[in-house]
Amino acid sequence: MMALPYITEHTGFTGTVYATEPTMQIGRLLMEELVNFIERVPKAQSASLWKNKDIQRLLPSPLKDAVEVSTWRRCYTMQEVNSALSKIQLVGYSQKIELFGAVQVTPLSSGYALGSSNWIIQSHYEKVSYVSGSSLLTTHPQPMDQASLKNSDVLVLTGLTQIPTANPDGMVGEFCSNLALTVRNGGNVLVPCYPSGVIYDLLECLYQYIDSAGLSNIPFYFISPVANSSLEFSQIFAEWLCHNKQSKVYLPEPPFPHAELIQTNKLKHYPSIHGDFSNDFRQPCVVFTGHPSLRFGDVVHFMELWGKSSLNTVIFTEPDFSYLEALAPYQPLAMKCIYCPIDTRLNFIQVSKLLKEVQPLHVVCPEQYTQPPPAQSHRMDLMIDCQPPAMSYRRAEVLALPFKRRYEKIEIMPELADSLVPMEIKPGISLATVSAVLHTKDNKHVLQPPPRPTQPPSSKKRKRVSEDVPDCKVLKPLLSGSIPVEQFVQTLEKHGFSDIKVEDTAKGHIVLLQEAETLIQIEEDSTHIICDNDETLRVRLRDLVLRFLQKF
Amino acid sequence: MDPECSKLLPALCAVLADPRQLVADDTCLEKLLDWFKTVMETESSLHLLQDHPCLMELLSHVLKTQDVSPRVLSFVLRLVGIFAAQEDCFQYLQQGELLLGLFGETGALSWTAWNMPSVRSGWIQGLCSLAHHPSALHFLADSGAVDTIFALQGDPSLFVASAASQLLVHILALAMQGGASGSPISEAAAWPICAQKIVNHVEESLHSKATPQVTQALNVLTTTFGRCHSPWTGVLWGRLSPPVACLFERDPIPAVHSLMDLLLSVASPQELRTQAFGVLLQPLACILKATTQAPGPPGLLDGTAGSSLTVDALLSSKSACVGLLCQTLAHLEELQMLPQCPCPWPQVPLLGATVTILRLCDGSVDPSSSMGGRLCGTLGGCVRVQRAALDFLGTLSQGTSPLELVLEVFAVLLKTLESPESSPTVLKKAFQATLRWLQNSHKTPNCSDLSPDALLFLGELFPILQKRLCSPCWEVRDSALEFLTHLIRHWGGQADFREALHSSEVPTLARQLLQDPESYVRASAVGTAGQLSSRGLQATSASPENPLAQQGLLMDLMHILSTDSEGFPRRAVLRVFTEWLRDGHADVIRDTEWFVATVLQAVSRDLDWEVRMQGLELAQVFLIQAMGQPSLHCPYTVGLPEATSPRPHPEFLQTLCRLPLFEFAFCALLDCDRPVAQKACDLLLFLRDKTTHCSGPQEAGDSPNSASVEAVLQRWREGEQGQPLGDLEPEAMLAILRSLDLEGLQGKLAKSSDHVEKSPQSLLQDMLATVGILEENEADCY
Repeated sequence: MMALPYITEHTGFTGTVYATEPTMQIGRLLMEELVNFIERVPKAQSASLWKNKDIQRLLPSPLKDAVEVSTWRRCYTMQEVNSALSKIQLVGYSQKIELFGAVQVTPLSSGYALGSSNWIIQSHYEKVSYVSGSSLLTTHPQPMDQASLKNSDVLVLTGLTQIPTANPDGMVGEFCSNLALTVRNGGNVLVPCYPSGVIYDLLECLYQYIDSAGLSNIPFYFISPVANSSLEFSQIFAEWLCHNKQSKVYLPEPPFPHAELIQTNKLKHYPSIHGDFSNDFRQPCVVFTGHPSLRFGDVVHFMELWGKSSLNTVIFTEPDFSYLEALAPYQPLAMKCIYCPIDTRLNFIQVSKLLKEVQPLHVVCPEQYTQPPPAQSHRMDLMIDCQPPAMSYRRAEVLALPFKRRYEKIEIMPELADSLVPMEIKPGISLATVSAVLHTKDNKHVLQPPPRPTQPPSSKKRKRVSEDVPDCKVLKPLLSGSIPVEQFVQTLEKHGFSDIKVEDTAKGHIVLLQEAETLIQIEEDSTHIICDNDETLRVRLRDLVLRFLQKF
Repeated sequence: MDPECSKLLPALCAVLADPRQLVADDTCLEKLLDWFKTVMETESSLHLLQDHPCLMELLSHVLKTQDVSPRVLSFVLRLVGIFAAQEDCFQYLQQGELLLGLFGETGALSWTAWNMPSVRSGWIQGLCSLAHHPSALHFLADSGAVDTIFALQGDPSLFVASAASQLLVHILALAMQGGASGSPISEAAAWPICAQKIVNHVEESLHSKATPQVTQALNVLTTTFGRCHSPWTGVLWGRLSPPVACLFERDPIPAVHSLMDLLLSVASPQELRTQAFGVLLQPLACILKATTQAPGPPGLLDGTAGSSLTVDALLSSKSACVGLLCQTLAHLEELQMLPQCPCPWPQVPLLGATVTILRLCDGSVDPSSSMGGRLCGTLGGCVRVQRAALDFLGTLSQGTSPLELVLEVFAVLLKTLESPESSPTVLKKAFQATLRWLQNSHKTPNCSDLSPDALLFLGELFPILQKRLCSPCWEVRDSALEFLTHLIRHWGGQADFREALHSSEVPTLARQLLQDPESYVRASAVGTAGQLSSRGLQATSASPENPLAQQGLLMDLMHILSTDSEGFPRRAVLRVFTEWLRDGHADVIRDTEWFVATVLQAVSRDLDWEVRMQGLELAQVFLIQAMGQPSLHCPYTVGLPEATSPRPHPEFLQTLCRLPLFEFAFCALLDCDRPVAQKACDLLLFLRDKTTHCSGPQEAGDSPNSASVEAVLQRWREGEQGQPLGDLEPEAMLAILRSLDLEGLQGKLAKSSDHVEKSPQSLLQDMLATVGILEENEADCY
């Protein structure tokens, strides 16, 4: 989502973007925060010479190891964000969206965040599931819809947890313990985080925990340009929430308990550290603020303010950044650092359960998932294990999915269907011939009744539109069946032919009517009557042949 | 049998024989059997049958018609067994063909009710009671019962099957312990037929291909050798050990764990035991092999790694792997504590394997083989295996281990205690194991001090403990506090430990948990705070934000005692207070009288009987400190001069009245909870004993004051306990003390509260009463 403006605004993109409403709204908040953080500290100059490979090579690590620096872009503006968001068409879970008639696309709840989706892309005969960040844990969003992923030809699996060894429950416990420990010892806690997502669950855990941990008097501050909107938006997306939270709305109660934290003044939120916050600020306290990379945003101020005291603690919960790299510019640091990444996305055990449940014919996933992580090469349990083995792809690789499109569905108009006279040729199988016009538009095929036979040409020579339609000849029936030679000969004899001789040929038989100097050549797929200029005889013989064949 | 019961018996027998009368509650029948058993201990069962013809009528009725409920059928089978345990009665019943009719092939076995497990169980239990004399052995051999018992070993009901095995063991022991001749037989050839039959059966079963049969035979042997060790068991083992040893040659070895149980119960030859031990160690050997790069030093585990079947079992599925490991670890833990424990005990490889299992569970092992990798995946985060391994690790602390392994143990314990993934139950086990290793690491003969390694370990442990004390999960906070209390109890006096503890935040955090929302945690925190304070280790830094630390712990605990809504913390406070009083804690001896008075005042109003009990305990400690130990009521000390029990000072008696300890004890004497009343009674007896010489009874009896006390006591007995005794002189108190029949009360209280309801007469009446209702209903129908 965060890259959307780059795609829609800089690549000549002219299409439609489909997204659920919370995705768009929360995405807007996240981008707004980012833009706000960046624009707060405008740079007078921008340096780009260092991107020259010869110079970059000389820079210290990690700069010299950065890849594809030439493609790095400046952050987008709010204008670009708005323009990108205007291209979004909102969709709801299970809604079927036709794409040019070729495929149907459906978003399904992925259980990871408000409005987060997995997608089904299907035609009449093929089904591809695209699984992105999904969660089977019971957190605030609607649970993951697994049933709709069944019967897929291909399941594209992405967005697994970044920390497969850390169990979110344990991490939340760790978060709470360390938070309480610090505050009880008179220290402050800093939680670098995004303004939406896991923070809702953390606030909910703390809501249950603060009274029992004797932290009721400790202020919790949430500082972000979008803090207010994020907290309020979360309360209005009732239809996107888990069942428990949905049912609260009917009581009516706010679905998230952070409303109560705000009401009781335990949680306070501010757009930035300037203004009201500086008046209210009281220590020891707990601060949630961005950006989790520690490179910009209000978090920087708190790192500077609290970094020197060992009483304070910074707790990293977002799994996106290496906490050691994030901390590098602040070293030496007296502050305690706790890393408890909370990533609720699928881990490998959950993936193997999911695959057992959904049973796709093929699994396609990034290469990294098909082998244990490099740092833990012995952990054979930290990779996708499925039969047949998953097809893997690398960055920017184009992959042919392992199926072929063999059939198309064609609709038949009711009046045309009415005119059909099916004939049973085998028990259970009936055939009928259809003469129709195949009408193809937007990848949809429709059989329409053929146009009426053309009127006798009027006196006017002017061409009419209907004349463009190809002429339809009066149709002869189709024949099927085979001709048993002996019975055929008997029938000929009954009808007065004599002196009949049968010759076997490579492909069938030749029946010679010597008297009439006529020859009937019977082969598997054709029958020829060869008689010289005796049309009456030919028609008689033809009718006899037709007796043995079925017409439809 | 007392005459009252004799009178009720005919009616009861009639009820039992009447199929229309349902005995709804079969515990009545159990109680009835128990009663018959007690009667038979002192009386002749033959006389009993002859004196009460109703009993014989019941038995013959059942034998003839069997139209009673399966419950009654089962009851009758067991009752006859109890009667026939005496040989003369056995003969009597035998003459009436009653025994064969019930236990023979045409008896219970042919009834339709035989389908009911309760009837089969009654049949077995009847025979078990009956088999107590040589005549019974002949009966068993002739009646074909033994074959039926063999069949019942495989009964679908586990209770029946197990009882059948027990019965076989019982019969075997009876036959071998002399049977007719009265002297044990050790020559196999001279064994009675019954015994030969059973032993042959067991031997055949051992050769059987079917695992259940082998298991049954092994269970019979295990029970037999577990019960007695006579010359004949030696002979029996001599005969059966070859087929048992043969079991080890089969692949797979059938009924491995039953086999282990047998070898643990029998003094088997060293060779066989080593072989058995090897089998037990196989899974651990596999684990070691799969995870070590270089072959280690030769150990007992080396020769055992071979069985491919063990490897298959470990790798086949998660549940198989977990089950096998848990069973193995539990067996080894049990084994280490037994005298049959193999010698030499392979401490080092076992410790290595256990540490490896724990590291496989936390994912920190780097396996050298693909099997190791798969084990890593299977065992990762497996709580059951972690718990079993931690239990066994704790047991292994008793052996001597090389330092580097001890350090590894400490490392894996730290990792487990630290890991956010560890579940509360795993943490509890890890705390227990840690405590055992700290106690046993580097035991030096004359020194209970912690070793330098243990101290280093503690340095790393305290930060983890701090975190655990703040856990959002109350079970974790609770077990962390318990662990801390144990640590302080053991090493609280040691300078290094004190220093390490003081430099951490642990004492402050523990103190804060006195206000935990969870009552169990508060109770544990009370214990910890009490222990910290006893050792002079309480949190020193009273921060201004923390008003709690500013006031004394004593006041906090008093506050908990008088206001906490849950019983556990209040009980914990009293335990701490009692300990403080006993040990002369500074805060207590500053003003002991005030202390005891305040505690007793709070306790006397408490709704929790255990708190009131503890209050009496505290009062007793107080009295003992002032008046000396209770004199021993021992017949041998009569002649000795009175111990130096000081005559209590009159002022002390004044104090007791002021406290008011007397009032508290009198009140407790009438407590509706029997243990409290008992304790109060003991306390008052002690007081009376100590004050015998204080003043004459006649003086006190005349005191008008004491009359009013008596009046109050009387009202109390009648249920108005609100009224205080008022200010009383010691003399009045003593007078009351003497006027009470404390011994009589003690006797009454010693009997359980249901002793009246438990009498046989009441049982019979109850049973008849329930059917009495039925009769009334019947009358209504006409």
